[in-house]
Amino acid sequence: MTAPRFALDASAWIGTYPFRHVPHPDPDALLRVMDRESIGCAWVGSLGAVFHRDPTDANADLYRTLAPLAERLRPAPIIRPDFPGMNRELGFACDAGAESIRACPEQWGLGSSHPAMTELALACAERGLALHLTVRYEDLRQRHRLDTAADLPAATVRALARAGGDALRLVVSAAGRDMIEETHWGLTPAEQRRVYWDFTWVWGPPEDHLAHLFRSIGSERFVFGSQWPLRLVQAPIANLDLLPDSVREPSGGIRLGNPAVR
Amino acid sequence: MTAKARGTTPKTSGDTTNGPLVDAHAHFLHAACGRSDWEAVNAARFRAGDRMGVTVHVASVLGSYGHTSPTYFPSPADVTAGNDAMRAICAAEPKRVRMLVTVNPNHTAHALAEIAKGAASGAVGIKLLASRRADDPLLDPICEAASAQRFPILHHIWQHRTREWPNQEISDGADLARLAVRHPTVTFILAHIGGGGDYQHTFHAIREVPNIVPDFSGSGVDRGMMDNAIRALGASRLLFGTDLTMCTGLAKLRALETTGLCTPADIEAMRWRNAARVFGAARLGLAEAI
Repeated sequence: MTAPRFALDASAWIGTYPFRHVPHPDPDALLRVMDRESIGCAWVGSLGAVFHRDPTDANADLYRTLAPLAERLRPAPIIRPDFPGMNRELGFACDAGAESIRACPEQWGLGSSHPAMTELALACAERGLALHLTVRYEDLRQRHRLDTAADLPAATVRALARAGGDALRLVVSAAGRDMIEETHWGLTPAEQRRVYWDFTWVWGPPEDHLAHLFRSIGSERFVFGSQWPLRLVQAPIANLDLLPDSVREPSGGIRLGNPAVR
Repeated sequence: MTAKARGTTPKTSGDTTNGPLVDAHAHFLHAACGRSDWEAVNAARFRAGDRMGVTVHVASVLGSYGHTSPTYFPSPADVTAGNDAMRAICAAEPKRVRMLVTVNPNHTAHALAEIAKGAASGAVGIKLLASRRADDPLLDPICEAASAQRFPILHHIWQHRTREWPNQEISDGADLARLAVRHPTVTFILAHIGGGGDYQHTFHAIREVPNIVPDFSGSGVDRGMMDNAIRALGASRLLFGTDLTMCTGLAKLRALETTGLCTPADIEAMRWRNAARVFGAARLGLAEAI
Protein backbone atom coordinates (compact mmCIF):
# COMPACT_ATOMS: atom_id res chain seq x y z
CA MET A 1 0.00 0.00 0.00
CA THR A 2 1.51 3.31 -1.04
CA ALA A 3 1.74 6.21 1.37
CA PRO A 4 -0.77 8.98 0.79
CA ARG A 5 0.47 12.07 -0.94
CA PHE A 6 -0.63 14.14 2.05
CA ALA A 7 -0.52 12.55 5.48
CA LEU A 8 -2.91 15.07 6.99
CA ASP A 9 -5.54 17.62 6.03
CA ALA A 10 -5.33 19.89 9.06
CA SER A 11 -8.27 22.12 8.12
CA ALA A 12 -11.31 20.06 7.15
CA TRP A 13 -14.86 20.53 8.35
CA ILE A 14 -18.20 18.78 8.14
CA GLY A 15 -21.68 20.19 8.49
CA THR A 16 -23.66 22.99 6.97
CA TYR A 17 -22.63 26.62 6.69
CA PRO A 18 -25.21 29.23 7.69
CA PHE A 19 -24.59 31.72 4.91
CA ARG A 20 -24.63 29.64 1.75
CA HIS A 21 -25.38 26.18 0.47
CA VAL A 22 -22.37 23.88 0.64
CA PRO A 23 -22.66 20.66 -1.36
CA HIS A 24 -22.41 17.31 0.46
CA PRO A 25 -20.68 18.47 3.66
CA ASP A 26 -20.78 14.99 5.20
CA PRO A 27 -18.02 12.64 6.36
CA ASP A 28 -18.63 10.05 3.65
CA ALA A 29 -18.09 12.67 0.96
CA LEU A 30 -14.97 13.87 2.76
CA LEU A 31 -13.56 10.36 2.80
CA ARG A 32 -14.21 9.99 -0.91
CA VAL A 33 -12.43 13.26 -1.57
CA MET A 34 -9.51 12.16 0.59
CA ASP A 35 -9.27 8.88 -1.33
CA ARG A 36 -9.39 10.71 -4.64
CA GLU A 37 -6.71 13.21 -3.66
CA SER A 38 -4.56 10.75 -1.67
CA ILE A 39 -4.96 12.30 1.77
CA GLY A 40 -4.34 10.03 4.73
CA CYS A 41 -6.34 11.54 7.55
CA ALA A 42 -8.01 14.78 8.48
CA TRP A 43 -8.66 16.97 11.49
CA VAL A 44 -12.36 17.65 11.18
CA GLY A 45 -14.33 20.44 12.80
CA SER A 46 -18.04 21.15 13.00
CA LEU A 47 -18.66 24.01 10.59
CA GLY A 48 -22.02 25.05 11.99
CA ALA A 49 -20.61 25.20 15.51
CA VAL A 50 -18.36 28.10 14.51
CA PHE A 51 -21.48 30.23 14.79
CA HIS A 52 -23.03 28.63 17.87
CA ARG A 53 -22.97 30.49 21.15
CA ASP A 54 -22.21 27.23 22.92
CA PRO A 55 -20.46 24.62 20.76
CA THR A 56 -20.58 21.75 23.26
CA ASP A 57 -23.66 20.03 21.81
CA ALA A 58 -22.19 20.22 18.32
CA ASN A 59 -18.97 18.73 19.67
CA ALA A 60 -20.91 15.80 21.10
CA ASP A 61 -22.49 15.27 17.68
CA LEU A 62 -19.07 15.49 16.08
CA TYR A 63 -17.62 12.82 18.38
CA ARG A 64 -20.56 10.48 17.71
CA THR A 65 -20.43 11.04 13.94
CA LEU A 66 -16.71 10.51 13.59
CA ALA A 67 -16.24 7.70 16.09
CA PRO A 68 -16.74 4.93 13.49
CA LEU A 69 -14.31 6.73 11.16
CA ALA A 70 -11.69 7.58 13.76
CA GLU A 71 -8.84 5.94 11.88
CA ARG A 72 -8.93 8.71 9.27
CA LEU A 73 -11.19 11.47 10.58
CA ARG A 74 -10.08 12.92 13.90
CA PRO A 75 -12.52 15.21 15.67
CA ALA A 76 -11.37 18.78 16.12
CA PRO A 77 -13.95 20.21 18.54
CA ILE A 78 -14.50 23.89 19.03
CA ILE A 79 -13.78 24.84 22.63
CA ARG A 80 -14.80 28.18 24.00
CA PRO A 81 -12.38 29.34 26.67
CA ASP A 82 -14.56 32.15 27.99
CA PHE A 83 -17.29 29.67 28.96
CA PRO A 84 -17.08 27.72 32.20
CA GLY A 85 -15.84 24.14 31.80
CA MET A 86 -13.02 24.63 29.32
CA ASN A 87 -10.82 22.01 30.97
CA ARG A 88 -13.67 19.51 31.07
CA GLU A 89 -14.24 20.04 27.33
CA LEU A 90 -10.54 19.60 26.65
CA GLY A 91 -10.68 16.33 28.54
CA PHE A 92 -13.59 15.16 26.40
CA ALA A 93 -11.57 16.07 23.32
CA CYS A 94 -8.61 13.99 24.44
CA ASP A 95 -10.89 11.08 25.33
CA ALA A 96 -12.38 11.26 21.82
CA GLY A 97 -8.96 10.99 20.21
CA ALA A 98 -8.65 14.59 19.13
CA GLU A 99 -5.20 15.78 18.07
CA SER A 100 -6.33 19.38 17.74
CA ILE A 101 -9.09 21.70 18.86
CA ARG A 102 -10.42 24.85 17.26
CA ALA A 103 -11.17 28.30 18.56
CA CYS A 104 -13.03 31.17 16.93
CA PRO A 105 -12.07 34.30 18.87
CA GLU A 106 -13.47 36.71 16.31
CA GLN A 107 -16.88 35.01 16.33
CA TRP A 108 -16.86 35.19 20.14
CA GLY A 109 -15.68 38.77 20.38
CA LEU A 110 -12.41 37.90 22.09
CA GLY A 111 -9.68 40.41 21.36
CA SER A 112 -6.07 39.73 20.56
CA SER A 113 -4.80 39.65 24.11
CA HIS A 114 -7.84 38.13 25.79
CA PRO A 115 -6.66 36.12 28.80
CA ALA A 116 -9.10 33.30 28.11
CA MET A 117 -7.41 32.61 24.76
CA THR A 118 -4.03 32.55 26.45
CA GLU A 119 -5.38 30.12 29.02
CA LEU A 120 -6.71 27.90 26.22
CA ALA A 121 -3.38 27.92 24.40
CA LEU A 122 -1.52 26.91 27.54
CA ALA A 123 -4.04 24.20 28.32
CA CYS A 124 -3.76 22.81 24.80
CA ALA A 125 0.02 22.75 25.02
CA GLU A 126 -0.17 20.93 28.33
CA ARG A 127 -2.42 18.24 26.84
CA GLY A 128 -0.53 17.89 23.57
CA LEU A 129 -3.37 19.32 21.50
CA ALA A 130 -2.74 21.64 18.58
CA LEU A 131 -4.78 24.85 18.69
CA HIS A 132 -6.31 25.56 15.28
CA LEU A 133 -7.48 29.05 14.31
CA THR A 134 -9.19 30.13 11.10
CA VAL A 135 -8.58 33.57 9.64
CA ARG A 136 -11.69 33.57 7.44
CA TYR A 137 -14.37 31.25 6.20
CA GLU A 138 -15.36 33.25 3.12
CA ASP A 139 -13.93 36.08 1.10
CA LEU A 140 -14.76 39.39 2.76
CA ARG A 141 -16.35 40.61 -0.46
CA GLN A 142 -19.06 37.97 -0.59
CA ARG A 143 -20.16 37.73 3.02
CA HIS A 144 -23.74 37.80 4.17
CA ARG A 145 -24.56 41.05 5.91
CA LEU A 146 -25.19 39.17 9.14
CA ASP A 147 -21.68 37.66 8.99
CA THR A 148 -20.04 40.58 10.72
CA ALA A 149 -17.05 38.94 12.44
CA ALA A 150 -13.75 40.37 11.29
CA ASP A 151 -10.91 38.29 9.93
CA LEU A 152 -8.60 36.91 12.61
CA PRO A 153 -5.86 39.51 13.10
CA ALA A 154 -2.17 38.68 13.09
CA ALA A 155 -1.95 40.26 16.53
CA THR A 156 -3.97 37.38 17.99
CA VAL A 157 -1.60 34.79 16.56
CA ARG A 158 1.44 36.72 17.75
CA ALA A 159 -0.03 37.07 21.27
CA LEU A 160 -0.74 33.35 21.52
CA ALA A 161 2.64 32.32 20.12
CA ARG A 162 4.37 34.58 22.63
CA ALA A 163 2.26 33.37 25.56
CA GLY A 164 2.63 29.65 24.96
CA GLY A 165 5.63 27.53 25.82
CA ASP A 166 7.60 25.43 23.39
CA ALA A 167 4.98 22.68 23.59
CA LEU A 168 2.43 24.97 21.97
CA ARG A 169 1.45 24.20 18.38
CA LEU A 170 -0.75 26.79 16.68
CA VAL A 171 -2.20 25.95 13.28
CA VAL A 172 -3.55 28.93 11.41
CA SER A 173 -5.82 28.33 8.45
CA ALA A 174 -6.70 30.66 5.59
CA ALA A 175 -4.11 33.39 6.08
CA GLY A 176 -2.64 35.24 3.13
CA ARG A 177 0.97 36.19 2.55
CA ASP A 178 0.71 39.53 4.35
CA MET A 179 -0.62 38.06 7.57
CA ILE A 180 1.86 35.20 7.54
CA GLU A 181 4.80 37.55 7.11
CA GLU A 182 3.50 40.07 9.63
CA THR A 183 3.17 37.31 12.19
CA HIS A 184 6.32 35.33 11.46
CA TRP A 185 8.71 38.26 11.42
CA GLY A 186 7.10 39.64 14.57
CA LEU A 187 8.12 36.58 16.56
CA THR A 188 11.37 35.28 17.95
CA PRO A 189 12.76 32.11 16.32
CA ALA A 190 11.46 30.04 19.23
CA GLU A 191 8.01 31.61 18.91
CA GLN A 192 8.02 31.13 15.14
CA ARG A 193 8.46 27.39 15.63
CA ARG A 194 5.14 27.24 17.49
CA VAL A 195 3.12 28.39 14.47
CA TYR A 196 2.10 26.40 11.41
CA TRP A 197 0.12 27.72 8.47
CA ASP A 198 -2.01 26.13 5.82
CA PHE A 199 -1.81 27.72 2.40
CA THR A 200 -5.45 27.64 1.31
CA TRP A 201 -5.44 31.42 0.77
CA VAL A 202 -1.85 31.95 -0.36
CA TRP A 203 -1.46 32.95 -4.00
CA GLY A 204 0.51 30.84 -6.42
CA PRO A 205 1.84 31.97 -9.80
CA PRO A 206 2.32 34.39 -11.37
CA GLU A 207 2.83 36.36 -8.14
CA ASP A 208 4.31 33.21 -6.54
CA HIS A 209 3.55 34.17 -2.95
CA LEU A 210 3.72 30.53 -1.86
CA ALA A 211 7.12 30.04 -3.45
CA HIS A 212 8.32 33.24 -1.80
CA LEU A 213 7.11 32.08 1.63
CA PHE A 214 8.67 28.65 1.21
CA ARG A 215 11.97 30.37 0.45
CA SER A 216 11.76 33.05 3.12
CA ILE A 217 10.26 31.33 6.15
CA GLY A 218 10.56 27.69 5.12
CA SER A 219 8.11 25.10 3.86
CA GLU A 220 8.34 23.31 7.21
CA ARG A 221 6.22 26.07 8.70
CA PHE A 222 3.33 25.00 6.47
CA VAL A 223 0.90 22.13 6.65
CA PHE A 224 -1.52 20.82 4.11
CA GLY A 225 -5.07 21.95 4.78
CA SER A 226 -8.05 22.30 2.49
CA GLN A 227 -10.94 24.14 4.23
CA TRP A 228 -13.18 21.47 2.70
CA PRO A 229 -16.20 21.65 2.29
CA LEU A 230 -16.06 25.43 1.89
CA ARG A 231 -13.22 25.40 -0.64
CA LEU A 232 -12.02 23.10 -3.38
CA VAL A 233 -9.48 20.64 -2.04
CA GLN A 234 -7.84 20.89 -5.45
CA ALA A 235 -6.71 24.45 -4.72
CA PRO A 236 -3.78 23.85 -2.36
CA ILE A 237 -2.76 20.83 -4.41
CA ALA A 238 -2.70 22.89 -7.60
CA ASN A 239 -0.65 25.50 -5.78
CA LEU A 240 1.98 22.88 -4.91
CA ASP A 241 1.92 21.49 -8.43
CA LEU A 242 2.68 24.92 -9.89
CA LEU A 243 5.62 25.75 -7.63
CA PRO A 244 8.86 26.53 -9.42
CA ASP A 245 11.41 23.75 -9.38
CA SER A 246 13.80 26.02 -7.50
CA VAL A 247 11.86 25.62 -4.23
CA ARG A 248 11.69 21.84 -4.44
CA GLU A 249 14.00 19.33 -2.89
CA PRO A 250 16.28 17.40 -5.26
CA SER A 251 13.70 14.60 -5.24
CA GLY A 252 11.10 17.01 -6.57
CA GLY A 253 9.14 17.01 -3.32
CA ILE A 254 8.25 19.68 -0.82
CA ARG A 255 9.04 19.24 2.86
CA LEU A 256 5.90 20.30 4.73
CA GLY A 257 5.47 20.59 8.48
CA ASN A 258 2.74 17.97 8.80
CA PRO A 259 4.74 15.40 10.78
CA ALA A 260 5.87 17.95 13.33
CA VAL A 261 2.44 19.40 13.94
CA ARG A 262 0.95 16.07 15.08
CA MET B 1 9.15 11.04 8.76
CA THR B 2 8.91 13.72 6.15
CA ALA B 3 5.74 14.50 4.30
CA LYS B 4 6.48 14.68 0.64
CA ALA B 5 4.24 16.63 -1.63
CA ARG B 6 5.35 15.48 -5.02
CA GLY B 7 5.40 18.33 -7.49
CA THR B 8 4.78 16.21 -10.49
CA THR B 9 3.09 17.22 -13.68
CA PRO B 10 -0.66 17.63 -13.14
CA LYS B 11 -2.49 14.44 -13.94
CA THR B 12 -6.03 15.70 -14.44
CA SER B 13 -7.59 18.48 -16.45
CA GLY B 14 -4.53 20.63 -16.54
CA ASP B 15 -2.58 17.98 -18.36
CA THR B 16 -1.31 18.85 -21.80
CA THR B 17 -2.67 15.55 -23.08
CA ASN B 18 -6.19 16.93 -22.77
CA GLY B 19 -5.94 19.11 -25.85
CA PRO B 20 -5.71 22.88 -26.14
CA LEU B 21 -6.26 25.13 -23.14
CA VAL B 22 -7.05 28.81 -23.60
CA ASP B 23 -6.58 31.18 -20.68
CA ALA B 24 -9.19 33.77 -21.55
CA HIS B 25 -8.21 36.16 -18.77
CA ALA B 26 -4.52 36.81 -18.35
CA HIS B 27 -2.40 39.88 -17.67
CA PHE B 28 1.22 40.77 -18.18
CA LEU B 29 3.30 43.44 -16.50
CA HIS B 30 5.77 45.76 -18.20
CA ALA B 31 8.70 48.02 -17.49
CA ALA B 32 6.59 51.11 -16.77
CA CYS B 33 4.34 49.48 -14.17
CA GLY B 34 6.57 50.45 -11.28
CA ARG B 35 7.55 46.94 -10.24
CA SER B 36 11.13 45.88 -10.44
CA ASP B 37 10.07 42.21 -10.61
CA TRP B 38 7.82 42.61 -13.65
CA GLU B 39 9.88 40.29 -15.83
CA ALA B 40 9.89 37.57 -13.17
CA VAL B 41 6.10 37.77 -12.84
CA ASN B 42 5.67 37.45 -16.59
CA ALA B 43 8.09 34.53 -16.66
CA ALA B 44 6.15 32.88 -13.85
CA ARG B 45 2.97 33.09 -15.90
CA PHE B 46 4.65 31.30 -18.77
CA ARG B 47 6.23 28.73 -16.42
CA ALA B 48 2.93 27.91 -14.76
CA GLY B 49 1.08 28.06 -18.05
CA ASP B 50 3.41 25.51 -19.56
CA ARG B 51 2.92 23.20 -16.60
CA MET B 52 -0.85 23.56 -16.80
CA GLY B 53 -0.87 23.07 -20.53
CA VAL B 54 -2.01 26.57 -21.49
CA THR B 55 -1.87 26.82 -25.26
CA VAL B 56 -2.81 30.48 -25.58
CA HIS B 57 -2.79 33.28 -23.00
CA VAL B 58 -5.37 35.90 -24.02
CA ALA B 59 -3.96 38.82 -22.13
CA SER B 60 -4.10 42.52 -21.50
CA VAL B 61 -1.94 45.14 -19.84
CA LEU B 62 -3.85 47.46 -17.52
CA GLY B 63 -2.12 50.77 -18.16
CA SER B 64 0.59 51.33 -15.58
CA TYR B 65 -1.13 49.20 -12.91
CA GLY B 66 -1.45 52.22 -10.68
CA HIS B 67 2.11 53.44 -11.00
CA THR B 68 1.37 56.64 -12.91
CA SER B 69 -2.45 56.53 -13.07
CA PRO B 70 -4.98 54.29 -11.29
CA THR B 71 -5.30 50.71 -12.51
CA TYR B 72 -9.02 50.99 -13.09
CA PHE B 73 -8.91 54.61 -14.31
CA PRO B 74 -5.84 54.59 -16.56
CA SER B 75 -4.82 57.79 -18.29
CA PRO B 76 -4.80 57.77 -22.09
CA ALA B 77 -1.00 57.89 -22.08
CA ASP B 78 -0.83 54.86 -19.79
CA VAL B 79 -3.42 53.01 -21.85
CA THR B 80 -1.31 53.53 -24.96
CA ALA B 81 1.91 52.55 -23.21
CA GLY B 82 0.30 49.43 -21.81
CA ASN B 83 -1.15 48.39 -25.14
CA ASP B 84 2.20 48.96 -26.82
CA ALA B 85 3.84 46.78 -24.18
CA MET B 86 1.22 44.11 -24.76
CA ARG B 87 1.91 44.23 -28.49
CA ALA B 88 5.60 43.73 -27.80
CA ILE B 89 4.85 40.64 -25.71
CA CYS B 90 2.69 39.26 -28.51
CA ALA B 91 5.49 39.89 -30.97
CA ALA B 92 7.93 38.04 -28.73
CA GLU B 93 5.53 35.15 -28.11
CA PRO B 94 3.50 34.92 -31.32
CA LYS B 95 2.23 31.40 -30.72
CA ARG B 96 1.15 31.49 -27.11
CA VAL B 97 -0.02 35.06 -26.48
CA ARG B 98 -2.93 37.05 -27.88
CA MET B 99 -3.85 40.61 -27.02
CA LEU B 100 -6.92 42.37 -25.71
CA VAL B 101 -6.88 46.12 -26.29
CA THR B 102 -7.37 47.99 -23.03
CA VAL B 103 -9.39 51.20 -23.23
CA ASN B 104 -10.80 53.84 -20.91
CA PRO B 105 -14.27 54.79 -22.21
CA ASN B 106 -14.08 58.24 -20.61
CA HIS B 107 -11.80 59.17 -23.51
CA THR B 108 -13.88 58.05 -26.45
CA ALA B 109 -11.72 59.19 -29.34
CA HIS B 110 -8.60 57.77 -27.75
CA ALA B 111 -10.35 54.50 -26.99
CA LEU B 112 -11.59 54.11 -30.54
CA ALA B 113 -8.14 54.88 -31.92
CA GLU B 114 -6.61 52.24 -29.64
CA ILE B 115 -9.17 49.69 -30.81
CA ALA B 116 -8.40 50.46 -34.45
CA LYS B 117 -4.68 50.20 -33.77
CA GLY B 118 -5.22 46.92 -31.98
CA ALA B 119 -7.31 45.51 -34.78
CA ALA B 120 -4.60 46.36 -37.25
CA SER B 121 -1.98 44.62 -35.16
CA GLY B 122 -3.72 41.34 -34.47
CA ALA B 123 -5.64 41.94 -31.24
CA VAL B 124 -8.49 39.53 -30.55
CA GLY B 125 -10.74 41.60 -28.29
CA ILE B 126 -11.20 44.55 -25.97
CA LYS B 127 -10.59 44.87 -22.24
CA LEU B 128 -12.76 47.23 -20.21
CA LEU B 129 -11.79 47.94 -16.63
CA ALA B 130 -13.96 49.76 -14.13
CA SER B 131 -13.57 53.31 -15.42
CA ARG B 132 -17.28 53.72 -16.03
CA ARG B 133 -20.29 51.65 -14.96
CA ALA B 134 -21.05 48.92 -17.48
CA ASP B 135 -24.43 50.24 -18.55
CA ASP B 136 -23.20 53.80 -19.08
CA PRO B 137 -23.92 55.23 -22.57
CA LEU B 138 -20.21 56.04 -22.92
CA LEU B 139 -19.65 52.33 -23.46
CA ASP B 140 -21.90 52.27 -26.53
CA PRO B 141 -19.31 53.54 -29.03
CA ILE B 142 -16.84 51.00 -27.67
CA CYS B 143 -19.39 48.25 -28.20
CA GLU B 144 -20.14 49.47 -31.72
CA ALA B 145 -16.43 49.32 -32.54
CA ALA B 146 -16.29 45.83 -31.03
CA SER B 147 -19.18 44.74 -33.20
CA ALA B 148 -17.52 46.14 -36.30
CA GLN B 149 -14.27 44.31 -35.55
CA ARG B 150 -16.03 41.14 -34.28
CA PHE B 151 -14.23 41.60 -30.98
CA PRO B 152 -15.55 40.26 -27.69
CA ILE B 153 -15.29 42.58 -24.68
CA LEU B 154 -13.82 41.33 -21.43
CA HIS B 155 -15.40 43.48 -18.72
CA HIS B 156 -14.09 43.69 -15.16
CA ILE B 157 -16.96 42.73 -12.85
CA TRP B 158 -17.64 42.81 -9.15
CA GLN B 159 -20.04 39.98 -8.39
CA HIS B 160 -23.08 41.73 -6.89
CA ARG B 161 -22.45 45.40 -6.38
CA THR B 162 -23.94 46.37 -3.01
CA ARG B 163 -21.96 49.53 -2.41
CA GLU B 164 -19.19 51.58 -3.93
CA TRP B 165 -15.59 50.51 -3.43
CA PRO B 166 -12.63 52.83 -3.73
CA ASN B 167 -10.50 53.04 -6.84
CA GLN B 168 -13.01 51.55 -9.21
CA GLU B 169 -16.45 52.30 -10.62
CA ILE B 170 -17.71 48.81 -10.06
CA SER B 171 -20.26 47.00 -12.17
CA ASP B 172 -21.99 43.71 -11.58
CA GLY B 173 -23.74 41.13 -13.70
CA ALA B 174 -26.97 43.10 -13.79
CA ASP B 175 -25.14 46.20 -15.03
CA LEU B 176 -23.38 44.23 -17.73
CA ALA B 177 -26.62 42.53 -18.72
CA ARG B 178 -28.17 45.91 -19.54
CA LEU B 179 -25.24 46.72 -21.82
CA ALA B 180 -25.32 43.27 -23.42
CA VAL B 181 -29.02 43.59 -24.23
CA ARG B 182 -28.28 46.89 -25.98
CA HIS B 183 -25.54 45.23 -28.07
CA PRO B 184 -26.73 41.75 -28.99
CA THR B 185 -24.09 41.28 -31.70
CA VAL B 186 -21.25 41.63 -29.22
CA THR B 187 -20.09 38.84 -26.90
CA PHE B 188 -19.29 40.08 -23.40
CA ILE B 189 -16.93 38.10 -21.21
CA LEU B 190 -17.95 38.65 -17.61
CA ALA B 191 -14.70 38.68 -15.70
CA HIS B 192 -13.77 36.33 -12.91
CA ILE B 193 -16.75 34.76 -11.21
CA GLY B 194 -14.21 33.83 -8.53
CA GLY B 195 -12.85 37.35 -8.35
CA GLY B 196 -14.82 38.64 -5.40
CA GLY B 197 -18.42 39.36 -4.52
CA ASP B 198 -21.49 37.18 -4.65
CA TYR B 199 -21.20 35.03 -7.76
CA GLN B 200 -24.60 33.49 -7.04
CA HIS B 201 -26.19 36.86 -7.78
CA THR B 202 -24.31 36.96 -11.08
CA PHE B 203 -25.74 33.68 -12.34
CA HIS B 204 -29.28 34.95 -11.76
CA ALA B 205 -28.47 38.29 -13.36
CA ILE B 206 -27.10 36.97 -16.65
CA ARG B 207 -28.94 33.69 -17.08
CA GLU B 208 -31.29 35.10 -19.73
CA VAL B 209 -28.63 37.11 -21.57
CA PRO B 210 -26.89 34.64 -23.86
CA ASN B 211 -24.26 37.01 -25.21
CA ILE B 212 -22.61 37.12 -21.78
CA VAL B 213 -20.07 34.36 -21.14
CA PRO B 214 -18.30 34.42 -17.77
CA ASP B 215 -14.74 33.33 -17.24
CA PHE B 216 -14.05 31.37 -14.08
CA SER B 217 -10.86 33.08 -13.08
CA GLY B 218 -10.27 34.73 -9.71
CA SER B 219 -8.88 33.62 -6.39
CA GLY B 220 -12.23 32.26 -5.18
CA VAL B 221 -12.50 28.48 -5.14
CA ASP B 222 -15.75 27.97 -3.26
CA ARG B 223 -17.11 24.47 -3.52
CA GLY B 224 -20.37 24.75 -5.40
CA MET B 225 -19.34 27.74 -7.48
CA MET B 226 -18.63 25.74 -10.61
CA ASP B 227 -21.65 23.51 -10.04
CA ASN B 228 -23.90 26.56 -9.79
CA ALA B 229 -22.36 28.11 -12.88
CA ILE B 230 -22.81 25.00 -14.98
CA ARG B 231 -26.37 24.46 -13.82
CA ALA B 232 -27.35 28.09 -14.42
CA LEU B 233 -25.54 28.79 -17.66
CA GLY B 234 -24.41 25.50 -19.17
CA ALA B 235 -20.93 24.50 -20.20
CA SER B 236 -21.23 26.35 -23.50
CA ARG B 237 -21.17 29.72 -21.70
CA LEU B 238 -18.12 29.29 -19.49
CA LEU B 239 -14.51 30.09 -20.26
CA PHE B 240 -11.41 28.92 -18.46
CA GLY B 241 -9.30 31.79 -17.15
CA THR B 242 -6.81 32.59 -14.41
CA ASP B 243 -6.39 36.35 -13.93
CA LEU B 244 -4.00 36.90 -10.99
CA THR B 245 -4.03 33.40 -9.49
CA MET B 246 -3.21 30.55 -11.84
CA CYS B 247 -3.37 27.93 -9.08
CA THR B 248 -7.04 28.61 -8.43
CA GLY B 249 -7.73 28.45 -12.15
CA LEU B 250 -6.11 25.04 -12.31
CA ALA B 251 -8.05 23.91 -9.24
CA LYS B 252 -11.37 24.85 -10.81
CA LEU B 253 -10.37 23.19 -14.07
CA ARG B 254 -9.58 19.97 -12.22
CA ALA B 255 -12.77 20.24 -10.19
CA LEU B 256 -14.89 20.19 -13.35
CA GLU B 257 -14.30 16.47 -13.59
CA THR B 258 -15.70 15.91 -10.11
CA THR B 259 -18.93 17.88 -10.37
CA GLY B 260 -20.78 15.01 -12.05
CA LEU B 261 -22.30 17.64 -14.32
CA CYS B 262 -19.83 17.63 -17.23
CA THR B 263 -19.25 15.34 -20.15
CA PRO B 264 -15.78 15.25 -21.68
CA ALA B 265 -17.17 17.44 -24.45
CA ASP B 266 -18.36 19.97 -21.86
CA ILE B 267 -14.91 20.15 -20.34
CA GLU B 268 -13.36 20.52 -23.77
CA ALA B 269 -15.78 23.37 -24.42
CA MET B 270 -14.70 25.21 -21.28
CA ARG B 271 -11.02 24.48 -21.87
CA TRP B 272 -10.91 25.97 -25.35
CA ARG B 273 -13.79 25.43 -27.75
CA ASN B 274 -15.91 28.21 -26.25
CA ALA B 275 -12.91 30.52 -26.41
CA ALA B 276 -12.35 29.58 -30.02
CA ARG B 277 -15.98 30.50 -30.75
CA VAL B 278 -15.80 33.79 -28.83
CA PHE B 279 -12.41 35.04 -30.07
CA GLY B 280 -12.30 33.17 -33.37
CA ALA B 281 -10.34 29.96 -33.77
CA ALA B 282 -8.13 31.41 -36.47
CA ARG B 283 -7.32 34.47 -34.37
CA LEU B 284 -6.21 32.20 -31.54
CA GLY B 285 -4.19 30.00 -33.89
CA LEU B 286 -6.49 27.07 -33.16
CA ALA B 287 -8.12 26.64 -36.55
CA GLU B 288 -6.42 23.29 -37.05
CA ALA B 289 -7.69 22.04 -33.71
CA ILE B 290 -11.33 22.61 -34.63
